[in-house]
Amino acid sequence: MKFVECAPIGRRALSEFVYAGPVRKEPRNETVSDADLSEFLYYHWNQPAVQTELWQHRPTGIWFYFERDTATDRIERVYPATKGAAQ
Amino acid sequence: MNRRLPPQPHEWIDRTRPVSFTLEGQTFKGFDGDVISSALWANGQSVLGRSFKYHRPRGLLSMADHDINAMYDTPERPNVRGDVTPIEAGMSLAPVNTFGTLAKDKGAWLQTVSRFLPVGFYYQTFHKPKALFPFWEKIIRRMAGLGQVNTDWPAERSVKRYHHTDVAIIGAGVAGLSAAKEAMNAGLDVLLVDENPHIGGSLDTHYPFDEHADGLRESVQALEASPNLTVMTRSYAVGYYGDHWLGVKTPSGLVKVSAKSVVVATGVFEQPGVFRNNDLPGVMNASGAERLVARYGVAPCRVGVVLSANPEGVQAALNMIRAGVTVKALLHTGRLSADVRASLTEVGVHVYEGVESPEALGKQTLQGVQFEAGSQTHQLECDGLMMSFGWAPAGALLYQAGARFSYSESLAQLLPVTLPEGVFACGRINGVFDLQDKAQDGARAGRQAALFAKGQPLDPGIDEAGFRAKQAHSHPYPIWSHPKGKNFVDMDEDIQLKDLKAAIAQGFDNVELLKRYSTLGMGPSQGKHSNMNGIRILARLTQKTIVQAGSTTARPMFHPVPVADLAGQRFRPRRQTPMHDWHATHQAQWMETGPWYRPEYYATESDATASIDAEIDAVRRKVGLIDVSTLGKLTIFGPDAAEFMDRAYTMRMANMKVGTTRYGLMVDDSGVVIDDGVVVRFDEETFYVTTTSTGSDQAYQLLTRKVIEWGLDVIVLNRTGQLAAMNLAGPFSQALLQEVVTQPDFDLSLTGFPYLAARETEVCGCAVTLVRVGFVGELGYEIHCQQADALTIWQGLFAKGERYGLRPFGVEAQRQLRLEKGHIIVGQDTDGLTHPFEASLKWAVHFKKPYFIGRSALQRHKARTQRQLVGFELPLHQPLPEVSNLVIAGGQIRGRVTSVGRSRTLNKIVGLAMVDVDWLQNATLLPIRLSHGPSVEAKRVSLPFYDAQGERQNQPLSLDEPQEANQ
Repeated sequence: MKFVECAPIGRRALSEFVYAGPVRKEPRNETVSDADLSEFLYYHWNQPAVQTELWQHRPTGIWFYFERDTATDRIERVYPATKGAAQ
Repeated sequence: MNRRLPPQPHEWIDRTRPVSFTLEGQTFKGFDGDVISSALWANGQSVLGRSFKYHRPRGLLSMADHDINAMYDTPERPNVRGDVTPIEAGMSLAPVNTFGTLAKDKGAWLQTVSRFLPVGFYYQTFHKPKALFPFWEKIIRRMAGLGQVNTDWPAERSVKRYHHTDVAIIGAGVAGLSAAKEAMNAGLDVLLVDENPHIGGSLDTHYPFDEHADGLRESVQALEASPNLTVMTRSYAVGYYGDHWLGVKTPSGLVKVSAKSVVVATGVFEQPGVFRNNDLPGVMNASGAERLVARYGVAPCRVGVVLSANPEGVQAALNMIRAGVTVKALLHTGRLSADVRASLTEVGVHVYEGVESPEALGKQTLQGVQFEAGSQTHQLECDGLMMSFGWAPAGALLYQAGARFSYSESLAQLLPVTLPEGVFACGRINGVFDLQDKAQDGARAGRQAALFAKGQPLDPGIDEAGFRAKQAHSHPYPIWSHPKGKNFVDMDEDIQLKDLKAAIAQGFDNVELLKRYSTLGMGPSQGKHSNMNGIRILARLTQKTIVQAGSTTARPMFHPVPVADLAGQRFRPRRQTPMHDWHATHQAQWMETGPWYRPEYYATESDATASIDAEIDAVRRKVGLIDVSTLGKLTIFGPDAAEFMDRAYTMRMANMKVGTTRYGLMVDDSGVVIDDGVVVRFDEETFYVTTTSTGSDQAYQLLTRKVIEWGLDVIVLNRTGQLAAMNLAGPFSQALLQEVVTQPDFDLSLTGFPYLAARETEVCGCAVTLVRVGFVGELGYEIHCQQADALTIWQGLFAKGERYGLRPFGVEAQRQLRLEKGHIIVGQDTDGLTHPFEASLKWAVHFKKPYFIGRSALQRHKARTQRQLVGFELPLHQPLPEVSNLVIAGGQIRGRVTSVGRSRTLNKIVGLAMVDVDWLQNATLLPIRLSHGPSVEAKRVSLPFYDAQGERQNQPLSLDEPQEANQ
């Protein structure tokens, strides 16, 4: 079982969290080209690396950023997601 | 013939407690503690089963849960394994793979034609002509199955449990026990898992008379008493799932184990030699013979010969003699030292060295062995041949954990070379064979596992390979070809050496292809006694090394697990609305929608259709009430609430007037419809939205996530469980509601409270929000209130509702009502690709906003819409199409039915279908292929089917007017 150390809520089983994907920047809709839009929507960068992901702790509704190594599945860092932090 | 030996020092049987059971109707006697195979063998039964393909007689092999040929059906359970299943009084057994009896199997003629059944026979032979395959399939299925499943089985659901520990140790042999001792000395909690009913591993079978073993045996007893130790016996660690998370199958169900570190001391599987007639009853693994003797006090044979390539074979011969079994000769493939040779001849065992080309002799059972030694051919009479050729790692857990194995030429064994963090291997799986070395290697692994579990650095001075054997304990190629074949590599699937040669010659020379084409290792034992020899053969024939030949992936589950254990008991929340008990006492028939239990309909009439029709009729002509508390309910408030709503939904929301509602459609980034509901604006900074019943969690997640991403000053509050809701609909709804509104002067008139307006007021003395909605196509009011007040209001409406003909209606009636009105259900009429332009929701997309989720994608979809949701109708008496029936025209699939029902209101069948736009241009008829074959021609009609002008919203009835609503 995977456990996650989350500063405000302590050690938690990963099964309490919902994965919402890596943090990605949405292209601006006024100017985006067809190619860039389909890249954003349908092509996901999937190489092993440490990536920043959004996870929600379901019982409390709190969102967190996990910095997770997708090659080893090790969670390197966890911190609460604050408004606008992804931008 | 009685093969029971005098009592053995560590035997598992209780000779004071005899147990009787039957096989094929014949009664056998054994003792409490016997397994099926040991009890049968003790009674002189040598044919324990028949082989899978050729129905050859088979006896014992491993006595370690891999004897696939000795498998039985009981009336309750299929495929019970004889070598590990304890006998029970009155047990009635039938062998799984015989046509006739074990002694005379009518399928045995198959071996005489085996040369016409080459490898890949089925793949090559039966695939054409295709029309004949159903005929062959029946025969193949009858020939190919093992046990019979009793479909009249009792429903069993075992309990799934969790277990948390510091160190989990898999395998309670010498190494595993030593690791446990060390970890417990470090003050940690230890879980010990072993497949056997007693811990100790090979301690009692291979070292029953060894004085060093006695000290270890005593320390085992001391361990067992410790409160820090949990022991799971008769239990399999069936899978490793990352982060030290293990599935353990115990006799009482599956346990999910979470550990801080894991020690794998699972040992090795003894591998048989491959030579002519190596499957005759009487030929067995030496370790199997040792288990038979030490655990059950049963002799493997009257006169035995040991065929060996390693020190374990010599030890097995000596163990047999000590136990009272005659061993006439030891055939060794290599050379023995003088003192080892002397120790054998001293006890009457004749030694042959440099033995090659062994061959078992005999028809139904073993009668002798022939072999070459010293350039001479020898023959010996015997009824037992004990093979000790070598070992393959029981490495499934390590592989699953991500360990890498490499082949050691000097040990002729696969050994773990890199282990994942916190996973440690010790004992024979680590190439450690001597008793003392195993104890020390186990202690080493235990110490490291304890350090890891405590979060301390590992001891860098400890060498993982420090205790490994200096010489090989496995034969590098224990395989001898024979012109007449019958040298089996895989006893589960009856695969001979020539089958693998043929498969490789046909080009299946990659280990994964070879496995699938020949079915090597695909039987119930999953290659535990055949994969290693298969890899050795592949490597030799393709002139590769063992490492280059590779090995197949060992996926979980490592061992068969009953479906009842996997299912466990229901372990997910079940949500009930405040009206649940009321529904239950009014004959509600339940359906599950996500976590919720909802009334599908109320069984008030003779059958389901009549009940649902009565509910529909009440809504259309009088008034009905449905519990919609399952809707997702969110409050969105804050200075940026209007901006937020504009970005989250496709329609403009910022310009909504206070006290009004609007349809809320949600799409994802790619423009696909994901949810819908009603949006209410309470004030400038407060919105209240509903979502679909099953989509509320996802909608809440998306919205809260967007708050963060957009950085807006707004709060999203999930009130789904806090609030309840119900929908009062039908021409009498206004009149009935008027009777229960308790706020004086509340204006319920059609003009004072128009369609799509929202009002906060008081009903039955409780604060509510009323929303005039039209989902079912009648004048109606959604009543949202506090959970605690919901039943009061619900019952208040029924108290006054009788004279209006008020009926509760369920989900099925609601589906039919909204279908008549042409309203879609997200997830039923839309799929994972449907965008609003396909679902006739163009009006709900407002491109004038600079931004909303999915805007960029929808702009592109708008011009390239390929499918469209259309209405169709059929005469009432026609067969009813089903959801997902295809629209097929000119041999091409043009669409599919998404909703359909028989409408009593409209006196016809109505439905929705998602159809290709380019075909639809000039189509007036939709040919729908029914589930049972024929097609019906449905007429395409415009939507909605019912009340196209929306007049029903403005036609309330009161009891003063005698006539009922027109249809």
